[in-house]
Amino acid sequence: MLTNQEQLLSKIASNDGHGENSAFFDGWKAYDSDPYHPTQNPNGVIQMGLAENQLSMDLVEEWVRNNPQASICTPKGASQFKDIAIYQDYHGLPEFRNAVARFMEKVRGNRVRFDPDRIVMSGGATGAQETLAFCLADPGEALLVPTPYYPGNDRDLTWRTGIELIPVVCDSSNDFKFTRDALETAFNKAQESNTKVKGLLLNNPSNPLGTVLDREALSMAINFINDKNIHLICDEIYSATVFDEPGFISIAEILQESPQTNPELIHIIYSLSKDLGFPGFRVGILYSYNDAVVSCARKMSSFGLVSTQTQLLLASMLSDEEFLEKFLAESAARLCARRSMLCQGLAQMGVGSLKGSAGLYCWMDLRRLLKAATFEAEMELWRVIVNDVRINVSPGASFHCSEPGWFRVCFANMDDETMRVALGRISKLVMQSNKNSESRKPCRRRSKLEISLSFRRLDEIMMSPHSPMTSPLVRART
Amino acid sequence: MTISKKAACNSHGQDSSYFLGWEEYEKNPFHESTNPNGIIQMGLAENQLSFDLLESWLAANPDAASFKRDGQSIFRELALFQDYHGLPIFKNALAQFMAEIRGNKVQFDPNNLVLTAGATSANETLIFCLADPGDAFLLPTPYYPGFDRDLKWRTGVKIVPIQCTSRNGFRITSSAVEEAYKLAQKRNLKVKGVLITNPSNPLGITLSRKELNLLLNFVDKKGIHLISDEIYSGTVFDSAEFVSIMELLPNRNNPQLMNRVHVVYSLSKDLGLPGFRVGSIFSNDRLVVAAATKMSSFGLISSQTQYLLSAILSDHVFAKKYVAENRMRLRNRHAVLVSGLRRVGISCLESNSGLFCWVDMRHLLSSDSLEAEMELWKKVVYDVGLNISPGSSCHCAEHGWFRVCFANMTEDTLDLAIRRIKSFVDSISPIKNCRNSRSKSISKWVSRLSFHDRECDR
Repeated sequence: MLTNQEQLLSKIASNDGHGENSAFFDGWKAYDSDPYHPTQNPNGVIQMGLAENQLSMDLVEEWVRNNPQASICTPKGASQFKDIAIYQDYHGLPEFRNAVARFMEKVRGNRVRFDPDRIVMSGGATGAQETLAFCLADPGEALLVPTPYYPGNDRDLTWRTGIELIPVVCDSSNDFKFTRDALETAFNKAQESNTKVKGLLLNNPSNPLGTVLDREALSMAINFINDKNIHLICDEIYSATVFDEPGFISIAEILQESPQTNPELIHIIYSLSKDLGFPGFRVGILYSYNDAVVSCARKMSSFGLVSTQTQLLLASMLSDEEFLEKFLAESAARLCARRSMLCQGLAQMGVGSLKGSAGLYCWMDLRRLLKAATFEAEMELWRVIVNDVRINVSPGASFHCSEPGWFRVCFANMDDETMRVALGRISKLVMQSNKNSESRKPCRRRSKLEISLSFRRLDEIMMSPHSPMTSPLVRART
Repeated sequence: MTISKKAACNSHGQDSSYFLGWEEYEKNPFHESTNPNGIIQMGLAENQLSFDLLESWLAANPDAASFKRDGQSIFRELALFQDYHGLPIFKNALAQFMAEIRGNKVQFDPNNLVLTAGATSANETLIFCLADPGDAFLLPTPYYPGFDRDLKWRTGVKIVPIQCTSRNGFRITSSAVEEAYKLAQKRNLKVKGVLITNPSNPLGITLSRKELNLLLNFVDKKGIHLISDEIYSGTVFDSAEFVSIMELLPNRNNPQLMNRVHVVYSLSKDLGLPGFRVGSIFSNDRLVVAAATKMSSFGLISSQTQYLLSAILSDHVFAKKYVAENRMRLRNRHAVLVSGLRRVGISCLESNSGLFCWVDMRHLLSSDSLEAEMELWKKVVYDVGLNISPGSSCHCAEHGWFRVCFANMTEDTLDLAIRRIKSFVDSISPIKNCRNSRSKSISKWVSRLSFHDRECDR
C-alpha cells in the first residue's frame, strides 16, 4: 500500500525495479559498515562481491604520469581546455571514437574491423544496455537471457523501459552452456504467454561464470536469432580480461563468417570499466550494425555522454600501441595468476570452481556445504559467509541461477595478502562444515558421479598445461 | 525484425527547425580567416566569454588539476570511484557554488543533491521519477526545444503549453496556467506538475516574485510538482534580480509543498563546460532523491571531472570572482547586441540574463503566419548567413520572434553579425509591397520545412 508521499512519485520511482531492495544488498551493507583493512580493521568484511580490475592500475597510472599532454589540466594539455570543455557533440571526439574502434580491434587480435562511425557513447555499459533496450523493444516485449546472469540486467534492461527478461535456463550438467533446446523452450514459453520476444542477450565472456563462448555456441546463437528474426545483443565488457585458453571469440568474428546472417540484428555492448579498470570514468560503448539503431542510440546518448575530459585522455591512451601491447599482456598474466591462486587454494580445501579463462571472478561450487539442495539453504550459507566468515561473495540466486550452491567470488579487486587472508577464512568455513557434516546424519546422498565431477575440475585446474603457475611472467616476478 | 516505436518515431524532435539550422551551419561554418562568408552560429546558447579565468586557475593550481592531493596521486581512487552518491567533495563544492550564485539567500544540503550527466539527464530523470507514461507536465511557452526530447521521448509523458504572449512581456499569468490545466483535463491527461526555466530560455528574463508565487499557489492547490530548471542562474547580469524558487518556500511553512519543488542545475552555461556533462537535481523529498540517485546510474559524471570541478569550485575566492566577472562580461556583450539591433530598428524583449536575446522581427514578416516566419528564417540563415532560432521551434504562440545568442563568439564576430543584419534590413523594402513577387522564390524554402515531429504526439 503506497503512502501518500509515494503516490506523488511515478510507478517506476516507487517500485522495486531498481533491484536494490533485494536481500543480496545485505552483503554490501555488511561490507560498507565494516570494511576489511589489514591493519586498521583486520576482522572486517573482505569484499569479494565487486567485479573490479585493480591488478594493473599501476600501469595506467604510470602512463597518465608520463603523458601530461593527454590531460587538459596539466600545463602541457591546458591549451586544449577550451575546445574540449565546449565540445558537446554527441558523436564524440573523432579521435576518441577512432581510438576506441582500434582498441576493440586489437583486443580481438585484429581479426575484425570496427567502423568508428558506428560507435555510440553511453553512461557506462549500464547506460548502453538501457539505451539498446529502449531502441529495440517496446514496453511489454521481452529479451531472452541465459542464466546465471549479471543481476544489474534486471535494472538496466527493464526498470524504466518496461520490457521483460525471460531466462534461458542453464545448469551445471554441461557447465552452464546454453543449448538450442533451452533457447527454444524460453522462446516458446514467451509465445505461450503472448509475449513478443525481440532479442537474445549474451554476455561473453560471461559474468558470473568466467567462461567464454566457443565458436559452436556463438554460431548456434546467431542461427537461432536469424531464424526467429530477432536481435542479438552481445555484452563483451570483459573481452580483454581473457587470460587463458580457450581465447575470446567476438560475435563480430562470427558475423564476418556468416554471410547469411542479417547484420542489422547484431549489436555489441562494451565499456572500459573492466578491461582497463576505470569504472569511475563512465565510458560505455554501444556498437551496432543497424543504421537505425545507431542513429537512435546516438540521439539517446545525450542522456549519458562521456565527459570530453575523459574522451581526450582515452583517445590518447588507446592510441598508444606500445602501451596497449604491454598492458593487455601484463593484465592478462596478472589476472591468470590471481585466479589460479584463488582456485587452487579452493581446490586444496576440496572446493571446486567452474573452469574459466576470463573475467574478474570465479564461479565457486559450494553445493556440498549446503544443508539441503535448496535456495533457502544457499541463503543460510551465504549469511554465514558474510556474517561469520566475514567475506562478501555473491550467491547464485542473485544471478538467477537454477541450481543452489554456486557463488561468484571476485579476485581482482584486492592484493595478494588480502587474498591469502580470504582463503584462510574460507578454509576455516570448509573445515567447520566438514566437522558438522561428520557429526550430522547425512541429509542428502551425493551421487558418486557428482563427487567425481567436482574432483575432475580440481584435476583440470592443477594439471592444466596452461597453468599460470608455470608462466615465466609469474616466475620472473616472484 | 523491427526496432522499437521510440526508435522509429520522431519524438526526439531532431527534425525541428532548431536542429535543421544547426545542420546548415555545420555545412558552412563561419571562420574569421578561412571562411569569412560562412554562416555565423547564433543558435547555440554557449558561454565562451570567461574561459581565460578558468585557464589561469588551472595554470596556477597544477596539483589540484592533475589528480593529486597533498602531492599524492589519487588517480587510482578516482578511477575506481563509481558510487552514484557522487564524490562528497564535489557535491559539497557544487552546493556551495549554487548558494553563492543565489547570493547565499538559499542553502542546498549536499545530501539532497543528485549528480547527473548534464541537465538533459537531470530533467529526464526527474520526469521518470514524477510522472507515468501518458501523464502531463505544464510548461510556459516559449520553451527550450530540447524539452520535447528530454521530457517526453523515452518517458512517454506529454507537455501541455502555458501560453505566454508579448502583450505582457511573455509573463506567466494565473489565467494562462488555469487554461493549460483545463486543456490537459479536456485531453484526459493527468497533470503531474509544472516545469519552468528560470531564468528563461529563450526569453532571457528572470521570473518575478509574482510569477513564482502564483505558480507555487497553483501547484499547492493542485497537489502537484514544480520543477525549476535554473541552469542559467549564474548568467543573471545583476545578481540581485534573480529569485530562486527555493527562496520563497521557507516563508510558506508548508513542508508538503517544499517536498514537491525540485531544482535542476548544470555547469554547462554558467561555467561554459557543456562537454563535461555536469548536471544536478536538488529536491527536499528524500524519496525523490533516492529514486533519482538510483537512476543516475544511467548517466553518472566522470569521477575525474567531478574531482577537477571540486578543486575549482572549492576555491571560494576564485568562484566568487568568476561569478562576478562572468556576469559583467555577459551584461556587456548583451548590450552590444541589443544596441546594434536597435540601431537598425529591431527591438528585443527587455532582458536581464541568459546567453541570448529574444528578438522581435515581427515587422519584417510578410504576414503574421508561421510560413512567413519560416520564410524570414530561411532568408536569415542562407542570405544573411546567421543561424538563429525561430520562435516556432520554441513553441512560441506568436510569429516573428527569434532567439539570437551572443556569448559563443568573439566581439568582432558579433559586430560582423550585426553589420550583416543591418545590410539585410537596409536591403529589404517594406515587405507587404513585395509579397507577391517574392512568393515564388520563397516557396521552395517553405516546402522544405516539415512538421513530422508532431505526429507521434497524436
